Formats: sequence, structure tokens, C-alpha cells
Amino acid sequence: MFSKKKARSLMIAASAAALATLAILPAFAQDATETPVPIVATEAADSANITGTLTSMGISATGDEIATTRLNYFTQSYPGVELQFSEGGFDAQQFLTAVASGNPPDLVRMDSQTLGTYAASGQLMPLTDCIADIDWSQYRPVVADQMKLNGVVYGIPEFFNTLQLIINTKAVSDAGLTLDDISTTDWTKLADLNTKLTVGTGNSLTRMGFDSKLPEFLPLWAKANGADLLSADGKTAMLNDPKVVEALQFAVSIYDAQGGFAAMKAFRDTWDFFGANNQVAADQIGFWPMEQWYMSFLAGVSPDAPLAFKAFTDKQGNPLTYVTSSAYAIPVGSKNPDAACAFAKTVTSVGAWVAAAQARADIRAAKGTPNTGVYTGNAQADAAIFPAIVKPGDSQVFNDAVQTTLDLQEHGFAMPANPAGAEFQQAWQDAVNRVLNGEQTPQEALDQAQTEAQAALDAAWSKVPASS
Amino acid sequence: MATVANVARPVRRATLQRAETLAGLAFISPWFIGFLIFTAGPMVASLVLSLTDYNILQPPKFVGLANYQQMFADPKLLLSLSNSIFYAIIQVPVSILIALTLAMILNRVGKAAGFFRTAFYLPSVTPSVAVGTLFLWLLNPRVGLINKGLALIGITGPGWTTDPNWIKPGIILMTLWSVGGTVIILLASLRNVPNELYEAANIDGASGWTQFTKITVPLISGSLFFVLIVNTIGALQVFTEVFTMYFGKQSSGAASSSALFYNIYLFRQAFEFLHMGFASAMAWLLFVIILILTVIQLRLSRRWVYYEGS
Repeated sequence: MFSKKKARSLMIAASAAALATLAILPAFAQDATETPVPIVATEAADSANITGTLTSMGISATGDEIATTRLNYFTQSYPGVELQFSEGGFDAQQFLTAVASGNPPDLVRMDSQTLGTYAASGQLMPLTDCIADIDWSQYRPVVADQMKLNGVVYGIPEFFNTLQLIINTKAVSDAGLTLDDISTTDWTKLADLNTKLTVGTGNSLTRMGFDSKLPEFLPLWAKANGADLLSADGKTAMLNDPKVVEALQFAVSIYDAQGGFAAMKAFRDTWDFFGANNQVAADQIGFWPMEQWYMSFLAGVSPDAPLAFKAFTDKQGNPLTYVTSSAYAIPVGSKNPDAACAFAKTVTSVGAWVAAAQARADIRAAKGTPNTGVYTGNAQADAAIFPAIVKPGDSQVFNDAVQTTLDLQEHGFAMPANPAGAEFQQAWQDAVNRVLNGEQTPQEALDQAQTEAQAALDAAWSKVPASS
Repeated sequence: MATVANVARPVRRATLQRAETLAGLAFISPWFIGFLIFTAGPMVASLVLSLTDYNILQPPKFVGLANYQQMFADPKLLLSLSNSIFYAIIQVPVSILIALTLAMILNRVGKAAGFFRTAFYLPSVTPSVAVGTLFLWLLNPRVGLINKGLALIGITGPGWTTDPNWIKPGIILMTLWSVGGTVIILLASLRNVPNELYEAANIDGASGWTQFTKITVPLISGSLFFVLIVNTIGALQVFTEVFTMYFGKQSSGAASSSALFYNIYLFRQAFEFLHMGFASAMAWLLFVIILILTVIQLRLSRRWVYYEGS
């Protein structure tokens, strides 16, 4: 089709174009490297001894100001450490593959509930020596206890995520109610509230009255009813306790009153959950329990939405919240455990958290949106952040939300550490799903889950060496 | 009478044959080495691991047939297997039927077939995760385009992603998106059917249906058999799209048992519960089931698959 001469000319032209493109590409990258990194820390006293490369899993180089500020805090404290990130959340398959190939990351960040599984299999280093020079009591007991298996510490806790009720005040006033009427103490009244706030039913549902947030929040409903899913020592499942069955029955009935779980889920899946037209702004829900990070999201995206925040309460009227967290741990085989230990302690230290909270405060002030702060697993850090950095602002709604969150921190509970974390969680979640989908009654589902969960716990605990 | 020349000829032939054999082995050695390292080796390893209690993080511990005994007492395993078999029984014939229909239409379109062939094949190369995410929205009972389309003709669409009775049909609908590969294979086969046979049949007054059943199907039966086997294996191993829709991080965690397919339960056992030995046993069970099904299909193929020259 082309003569050799013409083909050669075309090749030369194409090569020249490619080279020219490569030559100008770096110009576009220059702006990214010119953004100044704020100075938030001084070099640590032992920084000369902590150097080298630190590979990680479950930690991202990008993220919000809470993440990036703390990363900066570490790199400025230990300038001799080069951080390498896997990006994305902790991936079990990726981690197992790395361990099996003899090349585990130096440091992992994972869900606190699964830490026990890996600790029990001997894949995480005990942090006894690592934490010898810090005050362990600075970490909140609820999440600090999740870091231990057989009395040995295997992780350092990061956040302290609590639940509270997020209320659409427009829906409340439309129903002729007040905020004082909104309560989870009396379940009969709660069911009545659900009915009054719901608009439509089944496939014509346009506003959920109340979302009991199943399957994730079964532990909260069980606790509110005076029961636990797992014994404090993490060895005995209690899934088919009559109070747990009753709690599940009630939480499911909330959906049945709105036309059934299937219709409710179809409606809920349409929400713009992380957008400006979220379910509160769009009047698609009355109220529901949610982690406090969503409060921070609403403060940034929908500060003027008709909102209120209250504590979830148990049947005795006491504030109650279900706590979740993440943790830093060091895999056995880590090539730089000293740097990993320094990283975990540094990014969860008071100084790092204060710097991150200040960064958030500055950003929110610049945008003119409420600052709802950051809630950490370090009680001393929280004491330094509130109210010195997170001061009451112009929005009374979010001032109250912050206070509610702070008050709830003393009323939290978490799932006890255990070596069958994933299997135990799946057993009760599957049970809830079977009930929600009409496949089993609550009693049948939880009886099956009890058998599965206890078998998993027994098998996992049998492999855990006895504590020394 | 044997002469030196007569003895030398067989020796030269034997030497030449050995050289040719060695050359042939050398040419297939890259594939063979790859097969040993990436297929046969891992198969043997998984068979050995299926006889152990192995969590990847610690050395395996021999437990004999305990994993296999546990399999048949595990209600979730039996549920996941029944889900996968039910799905395969419906999905395979439906997808082949639709692919054959599309291929026959393309066969008549002439030159325009090129564009449509590409259009039908393109969805097959869409990443499975993207397909799962896309269909989670398309199949949404409230706002999904499929139910909105049904509403235009007065039909209230079911809960494709929420009703346990409709979750598997919804997944089948999703997988029909990628029939393009089967269409291409059947189209190539249809193009090889001699036109003279159809002309002769027309002259004899054969109807369209008679021509289809007596000419088209027998002459493309080899390709039909191939897609039947391949699609059956694929259907029993479905994973990515379903995991993305119902079990991935973006799902709400409220997955129905109806969506628990065999490979999803296998993945969960291996990488979430760290029961790699049990998961290996599950993998071998699936292998045996697929092997048995394939042997049955091979035996039955003698009755309906026609190979030219046989």
C-alpha cells in the first residue's frame, strides 16, 4: 500500500511525535511536586536508628487531610524512612499471597475485628517490646482490648468509630413530632415512630421511617436488649440467646412494616449516599443509626440539611454505641520491624492526631463549613483536640453532634478479640440475611449460626498456643 | 537376500524418525513446561493440600479425608453447589439459543455483519467487575433500566437484585451480555455450511424449519458441542460478576443465599476463613463434577454431533 520510502517517512514522523510528547509530559507533572508540605513535626530523637524502606498494606498515600497529615508527621519525624504503599484497603488475599511467598509487608493496617485471626495463626509479631516505651493507657480500653489475644498485644488501635442517631428533622416535623419523641429506648414506641415517619410502602416507598441497619448492626440491637453475641473471652458464641433472637425479630419487623426488606433495599440502593442529594437532603429517611464519620461527611456536603443528632439508647434509656476501629500490626517476617513499630506509634500519637485535627479545622474554616473534628482511639489525643482545636462553631446542630459523639465514647462496646473473627462475623451476618430474605425464622437462623460460629471458634482456639 | 544397503535403509529411517520425534518434542516443550508448572503442578499441590488442614500462614497438617467428609455435612456447600448447578442448567441452553439466533441473523446480513459482529463481541471484553457494577444498577428494581423498560409495556418488573426467587434469573440476564464469543464461533460454523445443500433443499420443497433441523444443526453440531462444553464449564465456575454484585466491598452486606455460588463459597473458605485445605477439597469436587458432566456430554454427543468424513 505504501512505498518503502513513504513508510519510512511515516515511521520517522511517528517516532518524532512520540519523542516530543515524552519530552513535554514532565511539564504537566511539575505542578504536583510543587505543592508545599506543611511542617507538622520535628525529627524524632531516635530517627538516626530508624531508616530504610517500609513497605505497607492497607495504607494509602492519598486520602483526606487526617490521613495525609499523619503521614507527613511520620516522614518528618523519621526522614530516613522511605514509605511504600500498596494502595487500597487491606486485602486478605493479597496479604496471604505475600506471606505464602515469603515476602510479607513490613506493616499492615486492618480491621480490628480480623486482627485476632492473624494473630492466632502466628502471623503477627507481639508488640510487647514495641510498646514498652509508650503509655498504653492512652488508648481507649474498648479498642485497646481488641488488640490483645491471650493477654499479648498484637496491634495499635487507630480510630474510634461510634454510632449515633442521625435525624431528618423535616420528616419529624412533617409527622407532627418533636426531637424529644425520637428515641430507641421503648421498642413499641420506636415501631410506632417508624410507621409515622414512613411515606409509601413496598415499591412505592419514598421515605423510610427508620432504618435498623441490618445486618451490620445486630450487635447493637442485641446489646440494647441486654445480650452479647460473644462472651468477653471470645470463646463462646451466644448467637441464639433468646434476647438476641428477640432483638433480631424486632429489627426485621422495622423493615416488614415498610413493605419488606427486598423493597426497602431496592429503595435504599437508589440513594445518593455520598453525594449532595443524599438521603437526608432528599428527604428519603426519617432517622437511623450511623457511624460518626458520616456526620463529618454531612457537615462538609450538606451543612444546611435539616439535621439533628442524638444518642442511640438501650432499653433502660442508657446511651449505647457500637465501636469499630482499625489497627496497625507488624507481620512476622517484616524486614524493617523497627520502622514499622515507629510508624504505628507515631501516626497514633497525640502529636500526629493533633496535627491532623488542626489540618481539618483549617480546611473547614477556609470552606466555611462546620468542623466536626476527628475521633481517635487515643483518649489523650481526643482530650487535646476537644475543645482546643474543635471549638463550637456557628452551627448549633453540629455543635450538638460533636458533643453527642464525645459523650457516647464512654458508652461504647466492641466485639471481643477472637481467632475466628471473619468466620464468626459471617455466621451471624448470614443468619440475618436468611431472615431478611424470608428463608428462615430468626430462631432457626440464629440456631444455625450458633452451630457454625461455635464450631469455628472451637477450631480456631484449639490452634492458639496457651499464653505464657 | 539382505544386503548392506537394505540394512542401512532401516537404520537411516529409524535415526530420521528419532530426530523428528526429538524435534517435535522440542517444539512443544514450551507449552509442556508451562503446563507442568502452571497447571499440572498446582493441581497435584491442591490435591495434596485437600488432605490437610492448611491456613496458608502455617505449615499444612495432614488430616486425611476429613475435608471431604466435612464437605458433605456442610449445608452451605450443598446450597452453593445447588445454586451453581441450577444456574448452569438454565444459563447454558438459554445463552446458546440466543447466540445461535444472533449468529443466524448475522449470517444473513451480508457485509453489514462486520459491524454487528464487533458490536456483539465487544461486551465480552468488558472487565467482569465493571459488568457486575453496571448490572447492579441496570437490574435495580426501582430505578434500573430493565424494569423501567418493562414498565413501558405494562409489566411490573421483579426484584432482580433483592428477591431471592429472582436473583439467579437476574444473574442469567447479566451473563447474556457476553454471548458475543459464542456468537462468533457459531457464525464461523454457519458460514461453512455449503449453500448448495440449502438450494437442493429448497428445490425439494423443504421448509425453513426442516432446513434448520436437517441441515444447519447437524452441520454446525461440532461447534454447538464445543460451546456446550465450554459454556457448561464456565457456568459452573461463575464468580467475578456475582461477587462484585453481592459480596464485594461495595455491596451492602445483605447478600441472599440465592447468590451464594460454589466458587464464591470456595473463595470465602480459602481467603476469608483461611481454610485452604477445605477449599482445595472443594476445588477437586468441582473438578470431578465437571469431568463427569463432560464425559456424559461426550458420550451423548455420538448421537447428535456430526463430523464431516465420519
